[in-house]
Amino acid sequence: MRAYALHAGLLAVLLALHFVLPAYHHGNLARVMVLASYAMGYNLMFGYTGLLSLGHALFFAAGMYGMGLGVQHLGLTAVPALILGLAAGAVVSGLLAALALRTAGVAFMIVTLMFAQAGYLTVLYFGALTRGDEGFVIQQADRMLWGIDLSLEGNRYLAALILFGVCLMLCLWLVRSPFGRVLVAIRENEERVRMLGYDVFAHKFAVMVISGTMAAAAGAAYGLLFGYVGATFASVQYSIFPLLWVLLGGAGTVLGPFIGTLFMFYLIDLSSGVTTAYMLIAGVALVALTLFAPQGLMGELRRRFWRGLR
Amino acid sequence: MLLSTRGLSKNFAGLRAVEDVDFDLPKGEIRALIGPNGAGKTTLVGMISGRIAPSAGRVMLDGQDITALPAHRRMRLGIAYTFQITSVFGRLSVQENVALAARRHMQGTAVEAAVDAALSQVGLAERAAQDAGDLAYGHQRLLEIAMGLAQSPRLLILDEPTQGLAEGEIDSFLRLIREVAEKATILLIEHNMRVVMDLADRITVLDGGRVLAEGTPAEIHANRAVQAAYLGGLPNAAAG
Repeated sequence: MRAYALHAGLLAVLLALHFVLPAYHHGNLARVMVLASYAMGYNLMFGYTGLLSLGHALFFAAGMYGMGLGVQHLGLTAVPALILGLAAGAVVSGLLAALALRTAGVAFMIVTLMFAQAGYLTVLYFGALTRGDEGFVIQQADRMLWGIDLSLEGNRYLAALILFGVCLMLCLWLVRSPFGRVLVAIRENEERVRMLGYDVFAHKFAVMVISGTMAAAAGAAYGLLFGYVGATFASVQYSIFPLLWVLLGGAGTVLGPFIGTLFMFYLIDLSSGVTTAYMLIAGVALVALTLFAPQGLMGELRRRFWRGLR
Repeated sequence: MLLSTRGLSKNFAGLRAVEDVDFDLPKGEIRALIGPNGAGKTTLVGMISGRIAPSAGRVMLDGQDITALPAHRRMRLGIAYTFQITSVFGRLSVQENVALAARRHMQGTAVEAAVDAALSQVGLAERAAQDAGDLAYGHQRLLEIAMGLAQSPRLLILDEPTQGLAEGEIDSFLRLIREVAEKATILLIEHNMRVVMDLADRITVLDGGRVLAEGTPAEIHANRAVQAAYLGGLPNAAAG
């Protein structure tokens, strides 16, 4: 219960910030919350189950394009478009899981990377539909959810907060459930889990679909909230981002992905105000964190102050 | 018969690790599986537990052919396997290690009760909150047994459970296994002849992948072929 209270506390703080933050940071935080939802989905696989995917952009993009193409070409309204995005994410992650989970370790990384690249190239190939690199804008008229205009900053923030809150509580509940405990055990010692009588493949498959669908939810929401769908979001960069965010914030912690995403977002934001070589500053900070807090910010906090934190 | 194998064989790249083994283990028995290094003990047990696919032959549990079942399905039918090399979840608590074993076939408060019972039986109840990786080696071996117990198996396979234990620890281990044997059938791979002679109802001797002999400890002790296979090592080891 203590853990639920802590996480609900964070959501309350984020809600309070809605009323006090200046417009610039208000917009940033909305973005961070959506991207953190993506990172939380990634963390279920990487942080908790020990499956390092280098292809999560495929799932993020599946959600984004499922939603975006539904609006653009099928004339869907926001709700069915979001559902289509989620379904696309679930199907794509299920298919990739069925193939990629036959491998492990480095081979798994390569297979997920290659399929995500194939997905990226597919987006470019069907440029007539997707407008490729250039992407397309989701018009304001299509960004109405139950009569609420999601292009308005306040609504956008609250929508991002709801998505983030649902993903956060879902992750928290999941990792504390018997299913989640088995995932951690798989990360620690897969063969032992098998010899305790658990179906390891079924557990990995399930977590990959949950992870992929959560990434797709974030992708679909990102497109809808910020009104743009483009191939960049399917590129390898967007597969690496969640890995970095999770590593920075703390793999295998529920809050880590949010902390990591927030940290990196503002690191790049602040350093780009100082110099054009802002990625250099970001890089140095990453190296320093890896050296001095190898378990990430939340992981370090947990190690030093509160072992019960999950 | 709780467990039977018929014509069970395994070839590794032309090497016959196990050859045509017919093995029967009645319910309630403690059976020791012995043999020189490379005799095929771990391979045979691997095929029984499903970790290794046989090249030929069948495995039956309580009359049901389980040859085609993957390892996790066999465990669900009531086999538990403790690893030769200690294989606990080092970064999880002792309590969570055993709970993982228990939760596979129960839920809710029953899990806690089963975990407490298993930990008390092996004498680790006071260390429930520790990380398993922080336990002393002997305690990790006991944790392995507790995980086996929490599965309430019909057949408990112990792969060299006393390896690396001190003499004093072995005595309490023998008591523990006798207790466990009241509820489960036990198949024990063991090098320590004192443990084997003390514990086993019957002994199966493997040599070169084949069953060399089978009988009571006294019969095996007197068996010349077995003595030859061990190059005369058996009587000394048993006496020691």
